[in-house]
Amino acid sequence: MNHLLVADSVSKSFGTFRALNNVSISVPKGSIFGLLGPNGAGKTTLIRIINQITMPDTGSVLLDGEALKPEHIQNIGYLPEERGLYKSMKVGEQALYLAQLKGLTKPEAKKRLKYWFEKLEIGDWWNKKIQELSKGQAQKIQFIVTVLHQPKLLIFDEPFSGFDPINANLIKDEILQLRDEGATVIFSTHRMESVEELCDHIALIHKSNKVLDGKLIDIKRQYKTNTFEVGLQTESVTEVTNAIKEKFEVLPATFKNLHDDVKLNIKLNTQDSSNDLLSFLTSKAEVHHFVEVVPSADDIFIQTVKNN
Amino acid sequence: MNHLPLIIKREYLTKVKNKSFIIMTFVSPLIMVALIAVVAYLSQLNNDKERSISVLDETGVLSDVFVSTEHTTYNILTDTNLETAKELVKAKSEFGLLYIEKSQDTMNVLSSVRFYSDESPSLSIMSSLEEKIEKKLSETKLRNDGVDIAKIQASKTNVTIAQETFTGEKTSKVDSYLKLAFGGAAGYLLFMFIIIYGNMIMRSVIEEKTSRIIEVIISSVKPIQLMMGKIIGTSLAGITQFGIWVILGSILVFVLSAIFGISMSELQTPSQDLMNQAMENPEVANEVQLAMQSFFNLPLANLVIAFMFFFIGGYLLYSSLYAAVGAAVDNETDTQQFMMPIIMPLILAVYVGIFTVIEDPHGTVSTVFSFVPFTSPVVMLMRIPFGVPIWQQFLSFAILVATFMFTVWFAAKIYRVGILMYGKKPSYKELYKWIKY
Repeated sequence: MNHLLVADSVSKSFGTFRALNNVSISVPKGSIFGLLGPNGAGKTTLIRIINQITMPDTGSVLLDGEALKPEHIQNIGYLPEERGLYKSMKVGEQALYLAQLKGLTKPEAKKRLKYWFEKLEIGDWWNKKIQELSKGQAQKIQFIVTVLHQPKLLIFDEPFSGFDPINANLIKDEILQLRDEGATVIFSTHRMESVEELCDHIALIHKSNKVLDGKLIDIKRQYKTNTFEVGLQTESVTEVTNAIKEKFEVLPATFKNLHDDVKLNIKLNTQDSSNDLLSFLTSKAEVHHFVEVVPSADDIFIQTVKNN
Repeated sequence: MNHLPLIIKREYLTKVKNKSFIIMTFVSPLIMVALIAVVAYLSQLNNDKERSISVLDETGVLSDVFVSTEHTTYNILTDTNLETAKELVKAKSEFGLLYIEKSQDTMNVLSSVRFYSDESPSLSIMSSLEEKIEKKLSETKLRNDGVDIAKIQASKTNVTIAQETFTGEKTSKVDSYLKLAFGGAAGYLLFMFIIIYGNMIMRSVIEEKTSRIIEVIISSVKPIQLMMGKIIGTSLAGITQFGIWVILGSILVFVLSAIFGISMSELQTPSQDLMNQAMENPEVANEVQLAMQSFFNLPLANLVIAFMFFFIGGYLLYSSLYAAVGAAVDNETDTQQFMMPIIMPLILAVYVGIFTVIEDPHGTVSTVFSFVPFTSPVVMLMRIPFGVPIWQQFLSFAILVATFMFTVWFAAKIYRVGILMYGKKPSYKELYKWIKY
């Protein structure tokens, strides 16, 4: 696999506090990489190191195979969690200024801004001051400024905060489109539903250490408990339930179903297959619902953090 | 990649286009001139007021000193007593009544002179009356002792010691005042410039922090570039403002004096009279000529060049500290505790400049403080008009530059860490830790 960004055993201390401890991540090209972790885990420190805002004490970061250097700033677009714009500056001027800081020429920046302003239907904002816009509107500007210089690597720290669901969806679609056009995205968030939706890979940082890392689907496989959620229709509820309990480890389950005589979470032993369970169940009652319980990113997050 | 020009441009344009900056720039000279005009007008008004004062002189020897002038009319009362005179003055609603009681001894008249009035008279009225009486009395005393007044007047002499350096340059007392004025103006200008525009830099850093744009900017440029861009951009805006003030001020003075020229010349204040008299006096005219001469004798080239270098050096030294303070805090109210250590040496410099340079421009105290980097820009600028050896200037400037580089490094460290720190106000101990990050 070809990696756009490789961080190798990166450590960073502030005084006596160790913010990152030998953290390594590899972000595949063209993927959306979820950087997860509770508050204060060290995510922002890692992101700042990638952005060359702070320098790591030890370890190295490679972008496209090269050690980070000042020129790489042009290849990175960063939307920080703590975001803001100059309040008394006009939208257009400000966007031009920030684009030029990222190395675009003025005419080129103007052309691209026009395109984006039309795309997000905010063309008439050009001469407005930021303080005249709402928070969500300012966020749109900030998003445009982040992606305008068409960086290879995009880093979004909580990109959806402050957006209403409609605009959040709009931004999500833009992120997916940018990925499809070849950009690599690092995505830091606490909102696990967006992780499920967007991320191909994840890394979980907890208390300055990386505790989990890999393809989201592999991690889910790794965390699966061989549990199946079943819904049965039968005349004799207690009999059937007892028969299942004798053979399998059973937990109560809640889900919505038209027929809800028996609802159970059934955990299989390693020697049993799902087919074994299914044939056992069909012999006892009518099966209306049979789903493997897939651990959600949320579950994995909470479980991993608790175990560490 | 060098973004410095871009940052300077933005900082400059934002400052210059700011409404309050524009208002400050264009309105404050107007206010200044208006203020001066109002004061001039008011004092003219005051002078125009006509008063009449009645004088009841029972001794009869002093009556002839009270000669009516344009603004004051003296009515000499005779053949009346104090009570009737008081009634009379009140009835005519005159300003007041001067009463000189008859006494045995003319010399003791001092204790028996009284002034009656409704409102208490101003100091200048009183001293003018007192002066008239004193002059008459002392002349009378001298005459009684048989002294010729004319001889005394003739004996008055005016001594001016001509000063000359060993190399033959003529100097004078006027010369010293001129030097002091130049040095003082330069030092004070720097002091004001640092305070006004240093604060502006600090506020601009705080603004970036509170608007949270800093992290976006800092992911594109190096903090030191941003800091230097801010300092330079703000200074250019300051120089623009100063320039506009100078131009506007001269235009306004020119226009005003053209419009009110006539009324101004009518406004013959005593000091102007004095000036006119002085101009006619050959000795004073000579003095003025000497002043002109000593102006051209000033080390002008040295002054201008040193002014530029020390001004820039001193300004950069302090403004980098201001930027660091801005980075260390979240809002302006928290800046107080860090402002003290910055303002103190500045104030010290101005005091040292005013009190010791005047006393002895090349004394130990002034010399030492003109080398200490935090006070040297102000103190050295004040000393230079008195002639400071070039090697001293170079040494002082070299120390200043070295310190400046150190403070910029120091400020950049604080700045780099501080701009990303939110929440609590840091202590000095924490600032020290930041330097080591």
